Amino acid sequence: MWNFLQLHEMSLRIIKAGVFDTVQDLGRFGFQHLGINPGGAMDRFAAQSANMLVGNSIYEPVIELHFPASILLFECETMFALGGADFSATINGDDIPLWQPIVAAKNSILQFQKWKQGARCYLAIREKLNIEKWLHSYSTNVKAGGGGFNGRTLQKDDVIAFTEKHDYKWLLKEEDVRILKWKADILWNITPTDRIAVTPGNEWDWLTDGAKNKFLKEAFVIGSLADRMGYRLQGELMPKQDGELISSVVSFGTIQLLPNGELIILMADHQTAGGYPRIAHVVSAHLPLLAQKQPGDKIYFRLTDQPRAEDLFVQQNQHLLQLQNACKFKLEEFLHEKQKVENFQNK
Amino acid sequence: MINFIGEMDHNLRYKIFFIGDSIATIDFGNVIDEEINRRSIALFNYLTQHPVEGMIEAIPAYSSVTIYYDVALLRKKIGQQKKVYEWLQSELQKLMRLDFTNSPFEARLVRIPVCYENEFGIDLQWMAEQKNISQEEIIQIHSSKRYRVYMIGFLPGFAYMGEVDDQIATPRKKQPRPVVPGSVGIAGKQTGVYPLYSPGGWQIIGRTPLKMFDKNKDELCLLRAGDYVEFFAITRDEFENYQGGSI
Repeated sequence: MWNFLQLHEMSLRIIKAGVFDTVQDLGRFGFQHLGINPGGAMDRFAAQSANMLVGNSIYEPVIELHFPASILLFECETMFALGGADFSATINGDDIPLWQPIVAAKNSILQFQKWKQGARCYLAIREKLNIEKWLHSYSTNVKAGGGGFNGRTLQKDDVIAFTEKHDYKWLLKEEDVRILKWKADILWNITPTDRIAVTPGNEWDWLTDGAKNKFLKEAFVIGSLADRMGYRLQGELMPKQDGELISSVVSFGTIQLLPNGELIILMADHQTAGGYPRIAHVVSAHLPLLAQKQPGDKIYFRLTDQPRAEDLFVQQNQHLLQLQNACKFKLEEFLHEKQKVENFQNK
Repeated sequence: MINFIGEMDHNLRYKIFFIGDSIATIDFGNVIDEEINRRSIALFNYLTQHPVEGMIEAIPAYSSVTIYYDVALLRKKIGQQKKVYEWLQSELQKLMRLDFTNSPFEARLVRIPVCYENEFGIDLQWMAEQKNISQEEIIQIHSSKRYRVYMIGFLPGFAYMGEVDDQIATPRKKQPRPVVPGSVGIAGKQTGVYPLYSPGGWQIIGRTPLKMFDKNKDELCLLRAGDYVEFFAITRDEFENYQGGSI
């Protein structure tokens, strides 16, 4: 009976809804031919890192938080990690860091007090969210009402069950929260002030030479229409040709030239097809950087080529693999420590 | 920019270009053409049955097929010295020498009921004035032709169909506005049905009671690229009482 009750308390509860918080993973692939976009976490570097920090597979679902973010209650002892934007996270009012695993006692409240930096914060949980896959993915597709938690943003009183239970009493003792000692190294080789690398799109030459120059020299400001679907940029460019383009595939990172001369960068919830000239594509490795930008932020572009873009992707991937191995090792050490404590107590 | 231009039988030319660092497109030209579209869909079907190594998914469009591929996995396979895009480009060139036009695909004819009354066909009156024909003529012309589904995209289950008769071809609206599911629209020479609530710029001439997209069904979308569609008019009462599927 007692165990049964405990099962019911293996969960997190939304005390107050955030502005747009959803369950995401690394995307839903294989259905774009039906018009269903991949979606997934905007900042996949942060989402993966958060999962790795708590020893999870990179494919586990995470919660993507925007500011003002949800207030969450852990209804059992929980190990979690936050990565991405800094919204001044607290557990029961005490500051906690990003990019580090944290253990919180039962009935702890995770709250985000104040916006500091970035646009999206990821919450990964070692106890694992009990979310059903829709079309092979945990990602929420709000438009289709599928995936994630009931196909929608998280609302007040939503309860997400966990699938695992772990004991941290030996660690917490009487404390509310413990910050574990391993960290993710977030500065792998880009900094927020770097130029965003792009490869030329198939319609790059629809820009005049003057427009190309302007695109690569001047700053663009992210406009107020900036969300998971795309970022409109402030600035003006004119296409060289007056041609019509038939609809074809666009992707996360595609920069389209709108008929009025504005630019839009398509983000994770992009449409699967579009009919506007694709002048450039943001390299995959720089999408996490872009995902943390918000309205008013300035960005600069620089042109790169296919081999370099591919190398950047591979480098970032290797960095993540190293992080994953390091975290696994640290978690094993941690569990070994638990064993020692328990052995000692048993003596 | 890395491009490859090749030639297939029947002098059909194609081009390979890349969309960023992990997506490649095989493109048959910036045209809407039934034969070229048939090729694109045949290539898509072939790739679905015989995926190129490392392929994550393939997506057909009007006159192209796009392939998402796994760079990390392919790098491991081909070694650190070579680049994946070069390897993939040569694989795709090999693929294009094959005859993939015989890959099995059965196009279906789907009949879609539409209530064209003004309550649903909110742009009919305006179109009739613009085109200087009656609303009845627009309905008659729209529902008397067989359309090809060229591609699915934009929204889940949204089918780009064509081509509508010149007499009713109308450019899309300058400003998109909210559109309800089932709305049947025209944009240029294309016609289509909105599967979900969405902002949309197509001229709305009617509404179907059919579900174009159902997230709970095994067959998520009513239409597939390569299918054919005929619209037929139903009354307001028939719309309300519509129980069946397509005919």
